Amino acid sequence: MSSIKQYIDLYNEFGPRINTASHEVLNAMRPAALASLNECRMPSKGDENYEISDLDAIYSPDYGVNIDRLDVAVDTEEPFRCDVPNLSTILFYASNDIYHDNQLASSQLPKGVVVASMRSAEVDEVVKRYYGKVAPIDNPQVALNTLLAQDGMLVYVPAGTVVEKPIQLVNLSRAASPMMTNRRMLIVVEDMAQVKMLVCDHTQSGDVDLLNTQVIEVVVGKGATFDFYDLEEASAGTHRVSSMWVRQAADSNVLINGITLMNGTTRNDYHIEIDGERAETQLLGMAIASGSQHVDNHTYIGHNVGYCRSNELFKYVLDDDAVGAFAGKILVAPGSPRTEAYQSNRNICASGNAKMFTKPQLEIYTDDVKCGHGATVGQLDQDAMFYMQTRGISCREARTLLMQAFMSDIIDGVRLDALKDRLRHLVEKRFAGTLAQCRSCTVAQVCHTKIKKK
Amino acid sequence: MQTDMDDKNILDAATEGEYKYGFVTDIDTHVIPKGLDEDVIRYISSIKGEPEWLLDFRLKAYRHWLTMKMPDWAHLDIPPIDFNAISYYAAPKKKEGLKSMDDVDPELRKTFDKLGISLEEQMRLSGVAVDAVMDSVSVKTTYKERLAELGVIFCSISEAVRDYPDLVKKYLGTVVPYTDNFYAALNSAVFSDGSFVYIPKGVRCPMELSTYFRINAADTGQFERTLIVADDDAYVSYLEGCTAPMRDENQLHAAIVEIVVEDRAMVKYSTVQNWYPGDKDGKGGIYNFVTKRGLCRGDFSKLSWTQVETGSAITWKYPSCVLAGDNSVGEFYSVALTNNYQQADTGTKMIHIGKNSRSTIVSKGISAGHSQNSYRGLVRVAKQAANCRNYTQCDSLLLSDTSGAHTFPYIDVRNDSSVVEHEATTSKINEDQIFYCNQRGIPTEDAIGLIVNGYAKEVLTKLPMEFAVEAQKLLQVSLEGSIG
Repeated sequence: MSSIKQYIDLYNEFGPRINTASHEVLNAMRPAALASLNECRMPSKGDENYEISDLDAIYSPDYGVNIDRLDVAVDTEEPFRCDVPNLSTILFYASNDIYHDNQLASSQLPKGVVVASMRSAEVDEVVKRYYGKVAPIDNPQVALNTLLAQDGMLVYVPAGTVVEKPIQLVNLSRAASPMMTNRRMLIVVEDMAQVKMLVCDHTQSGDVDLLNTQVIEVVVGKGATFDFYDLEEASAGTHRVSSMWVRQAADSNVLINGITLMNGTTRNDYHIEIDGERAETQLLGMAIASGSQHVDNHTYIGHNVGYCRSNELFKYVLDDDAVGAFAGKILVAPGSPRTEAYQSNRNICASGNAKMFTKPQLEIYTDDVKCGHGATVGQLDQDAMFYMQTRGISCREARTLLMQAFMSDIIDGVRLDALKDRLRHLVEKRFAGTLAQCRSCTVAQVCHTKIKKK
Repeated sequence: MQTDMDDKNILDAATEGEYKYGFVTDIDTHVIPKGLDEDVIRYISSIKGEPEWLLDFRLKAYRHWLTMKMPDWAHLDIPPIDFNAISYYAAPKKKEGLKSMDDVDPELRKTFDKLGISLEEQMRLSGVAVDAVMDSVSVKTTYKERLAELGVIFCSISEAVRDYPDLVKKYLGTVVPYTDNFYAALNSAVFSDGSFVYIPKGVRCPMELSTYFRINAADTGQFERTLIVADDDAYVSYLEGCTAPMRDENQLHAAIVEIVVEDRAMVKYSTVQNWYPGDKDGKGGIYNFVTKRGLCRGDFSKLSWTQVETGSAITWKYPSCVLAGDNSVGEFYSVALTNNYQQADTGTKMIHIGKNSRSTIVSKGISAGHSQNSYRGLVRVAKQAANCRNYTQCDSLLLSDTSGAHTFPYIDVRNDSSVVEHEATTSKINEDQIFYCNQRGIPTEDAIGLIVNGYAKEVLTKLPMEFAVEAQKLLQVSLEGSIG
């Protein structure tokens, strides 16, 4: 029996209560979502793109859903403790899937820029115009999220506005019993606007099983620039099914960087449609996984018009029993001349039990293109290890250094210097193994030491 | 000065070749009525005078096939196939007691002469032993006697079933079981003939073994089955070629090739696939749905696949190596050229199970006209397969803006001592290279030929001499007049 049924039953029973605590635009999409769910099943092993991550199994446990929007007690100090040193961000946070408005933060935003929960009245028009328009409702993940999501975050940057300071959203998850949250984001960057965003996932409830579903819709206007850093630093019990749907107009520039440092089972879908000429896309990602972590990134870049460039790089380091998967597709539609698209996936299996599955794909329907892809699975360079030991660097240290160096391509792609520093620290700590055992302390210590030094 | 338009015309002209093997031989053929059921299978088995165990194998395969669905995962647009509209057995009628070449039907001999396979000539001059298979039935195997002196068995699989039943029974279906896939099940149920090769321990087969496959009769399918066994320390190089008449209807070809490579043995399998590809508008042509797999069972065994794919309306073919032995080696070299409305989804699988096993994949795709050309490959490294090494390179060359080139590699690695690399590029013919050739006085048309030839060279050089010449000719036909 498909795992979808329990959610359909839930909606059929509690639909009105779900709607009560939610925005009318979100409610308006639910019948379509329900119809779509009735037509499909959750993909599972045996389905081409879900061989490694069985969504049906991920959705199967009996998770609680906070349909009455009871406020969850979260430690709101934590996001501040984890604040990036030297990185001044405009900070918002969400506890589970409840998005909190922050007057102080909002006051720092340039005029016309809106960062707010979809419940608030001022966002009505934009939400009505774009909600559910980018993510396809016939996708079971999207449909299920649309059926149950009661809140979301809207980021709206009007035409020509440049948001200098990065906008940071900290997602805090906490629950006493297994729980599912349905997060939603709508990001609209109008023509010639610029914005950088950092989204961090943290879990505060130890090993309780949590399922975070997330749908992010992004509209990037002509000549606009959009940077998005997605950092997952949750817990081994936190599972995540995220999909990000981006539409890019002409001359726009998009950078997406997805980083997974700590998680249970994660499935990320990045779906980018390039609709305007001369647009540029950079899609980067890294995963450091140990224990029984499971990281699966699926990407799609659709070159629907000519004269665009895209570059994609994902790197994984897998230890213990970790499972990594990457599938990337680049599609160059007929009549898209002068397309340049590159895709690369490099992986290190650091233990005999780690598994890596990679599937870099090109589908090209026109001839005037330069496209390439590469994938490797291997180990650290033994010559380099030997060389460093001859220079008095211990084996353990050499290993960490090489792994850090391996990840540096991804970190170098970050267009925020302070964030680069923090990521370097986090990666270093992650490889040292300290992040996993005592994440909040380590992170806090790093932050505090740096602040004291200042 | 040459304009873009001129370039385009030259490219178009260069990529429009005529299929020269499209004739039909007027030969007396025994074709059984269309349709498939258990009686048909029993009938095929009885015509061939097969033992009970083989009939059982066929029936089991057929019953399993009934439970299966046509695979739809490939990047192919396959029109529905009515499996009851096909005749599952067609054979040139044989005169009783064929004693020498003179007894062979002159029409049949003419056919093979036209194909460039003059059986006798070949026998005398080229030193290649040929098994010719027309409409699923092996018509003549040359050089058999000389091979027999060395203990090499090279005959049709029907003869092998009759003369060496224990050998066939031991190996048949061990590499490609009938449960493997839809077309493998179908083939296992209805296969009519094919070649059987057995190289005994320590024997190095002194000549290339070759099979020519020819579809002639209309509304028939061709379901041949090849089984090659190289025992310890043996070596053989095997060549396969195929052609078919030009017809408006599509014809189905679903073959199985099984290869077993024992300790320190080596098998080199080369194919030049030139089934009728259909006309310029995509009408007609062969559906080439083939399962080819080799099992490198022994330590230090080696299997090398080389294929030049220029024919067939639709190709669905993944010659694979199961590298079970320690230190075994698998190779796959492929040139796939698609033109007009041809579709190809081809590639390989390298399954590393043995320690220190190595594999190399070099795939070159060339797409012209409105064709779609896909590489699909799997490299799997099992947990116990320590220190494995794979290198994959797959390049695609696009000759028209309406063609497509696609790459679908799958890489599964389950240990920490293996290294797997994959790289792929897709681009059109480099304008700088054409410009450079023009500068040196080489016309654009010849330049394209040179570049395509150079592009495919890495694979063509892996072919045995006789085939390399034929393969180059084939690329010439498919890119007519462009290769100097």
